[in-house]
Amino acid sequence: MKEYTYTEKKDTRSGFGLGLLDVARQNPNVVGLCADLTGSLNMTAFSKEFPARFFQVGIAEANMMGIAAGLTIGGKIPFTGTFANFSTGRVYDQIRQSIAYSNKNVKICASHAGITLGEDGATHQMTEDIGMMRMLPNMQVVVPCDHNQCRLATRAIAAIEGPVYLRFGRPKVPNFTSLDDPFEVGKAIMMQEGSDLTILATGHMVWEALQAGKQLHEKGISAEILNVHTIKPLDEKAVLQSVDKTGCVVTAEEHQAHGGLADTIAQLLARHAPAPMEVVAINDSFGESGKPAELMKKYGLEASNVLEAGLRVMKRKGINRR
Amino acid sequence: MQHHIEQLKEIATQVRRDVLRMVYGAQSGHPGGPLGCAELFVALYFKVLHHRAGDFSMDGVGEDLFFLSNGHLSAGWYSVLARSGYFDLGELSTFRAINSRLQGHPATKEGLPGIRVASGSLGQGLSVACGAALAKKLNDDKHLVYCLMGDGELQEGQNWEAAMFAAGRQVDNLIGIVDYNGQQIDGPVKEVMPLGDLKAKWSAFGWDVLEMNGNIMEEVLEVLSKAREACGKKKPVMILMKTDMGHGVDFMMGTHEWHGKAPKEEEFAKAISQLPETLGDY
Repeated sequence: MKEYTYTEKKDTRSGFGLGLLDVARQNPNVVGLCADLTGSLNMTAFSKEFPARFFQVGIAEANMMGIAAGLTIGGKIPFTGTFANFSTGRVYDQIRQSIAYSNKNVKICASHAGITLGEDGATHQMTEDIGMMRMLPNMQVVVPCDHNQCRLATRAIAAIEGPVYLRFGRPKVPNFTSLDDPFEVGKAIMMQEGSDLTILATGHMVWEALQAGKQLHEKGISAEILNVHTIKPLDEKAVLQSVDKTGCVVTAEEHQAHGGLADTIAQLLARHAPAPMEVVAINDSFGESGKPAELMKKYGLEASNVLEAGLRVMKRKGINRR
Repeated sequence: MQHHIEQLKEIATQVRRDVLRMVYGAQSGHPGGPLGCAELFVALYFKVLHHRAGDFSMDGVGEDLFFLSNGHLSAGWYSVLARSGYFDLGELSTFRAINSRLQGHPATKEGLPGIRVASGSLGQGLSVACGAALAKKLNDDKHLVYCLMGDGELQEGQNWEAAMFAAGRQVDNLIGIVDYNGQQIDGPVKEVMPLGDLKAKWSAFGWDVLEMNGNIMEEVLEVLSKAREACGKKKPVMILMKTDMGHGVDFMMGTHEWHGKAPKEEEFAKAISQLPETLGDY
């Protein structure tokens, strides 16, 4: 078993803020836009270091998306920053027409995604965004798992020509990956090799999946764990290779079961290699106020839920070692 | 290419013919709006814009940019783009057909020169134009950005977000133009959803507001020139352009009926007979 540890918990959004500074220092065409959430998005340092390249648009997200599309026409690489619900649902048509259909080089950077936004409640807990964004032709969808990976992802998407949706979160979570780790958009990362079942996790759920993997190991079950940080384009080869080896799969995401990683994987498997599959996700429900950890527990997004899903899928595969 | 006013008027007549023939040929499309904006399209592309028709680049650095927010006026825009040299005139015959670059509403996907963003879903163009104008400032590019939108389109709230932004951030290399024809799909704008005092609204938002009759070429040229002079003074510029939807065809004027409908054979014959072939049909 690979051992993953961390020395501190950090939010993914601060990884975004640092990544944005990294790319802005490298490339003078990088510009930032924010809709009255500069502090929340950790864009303050960028706005101070590059005031001429930072555009505060006020609480007007539709306008922000249009401005971002327009900035690309002069060769700029705009990074828009606001919460995930204001980054997607509120501005879907603007993204669809001015950014995705027009194939503009806009990076839509969405913080406070999922239910771990916490106390603000369901109005702000966006759990449908992966689905909305991955449906759009031309759009790539990236969901890093921790602070360091979010920084790497921010750097990586700056180098991609075309629209990208980058999804990250508010709470402090284990920062267990290294800035020296490889990161390539569209290439899933093997976290743990195994032989009995495949766990495909994205975002905050990667850490939970690793904990579940340990518990499965204690039960004599060998879980292979992949960090699917890019939902689109999906690393189909890595997923199919793993499921070909293990014969069953669990997906884990802080998102609705509809539209997100689970649907993405189910479609791939149904087309190429049908296999028993269990889903750890939000089950067609809105969230509510609460602390992030309380919400993860109530909505079934903890390591224990991944573990249970693993045991279920093993049963379906016809092997039960419990 | 310097054109005299009479030549510009002749081009505008031909553009109107193109619009009718395109919409008739496709048996779909929106004739009323582009007929009303023919003078503006021609004035921009044959006189006012500093642009490189034969050498289109998406970035548009070093040239004036035009955005058509009310994308359903595509037939008129395609006509002036073709006639000013962006692409082959014969391609106008493919308007709205399968495998054409001339989509029903303007798009970038098929790579039609002259188009820099998709439009059609209303209310988005002014925001995009703001962004393009900001990029010009960042690039130290002194050229201007123009954006045409419909009056009914101003019912979309995003326009007012852009209005606030452009004034608040002193985007003074931006010229907006409202096609103030008073008509929209369901009827007169004042019945569907009154816009109130548009001049006062744009002024209150902090824009420098000019007015013109968009169907008098001399006036269009004069006011577009004034608008250019008004740029660079810390305020965005808005032109309220009174037009007749359907201008140039008697039975299409003064009504919303021809907003989005193609003429039948007899109607087409009657309409086209009012517009002499001045430059040669495509």
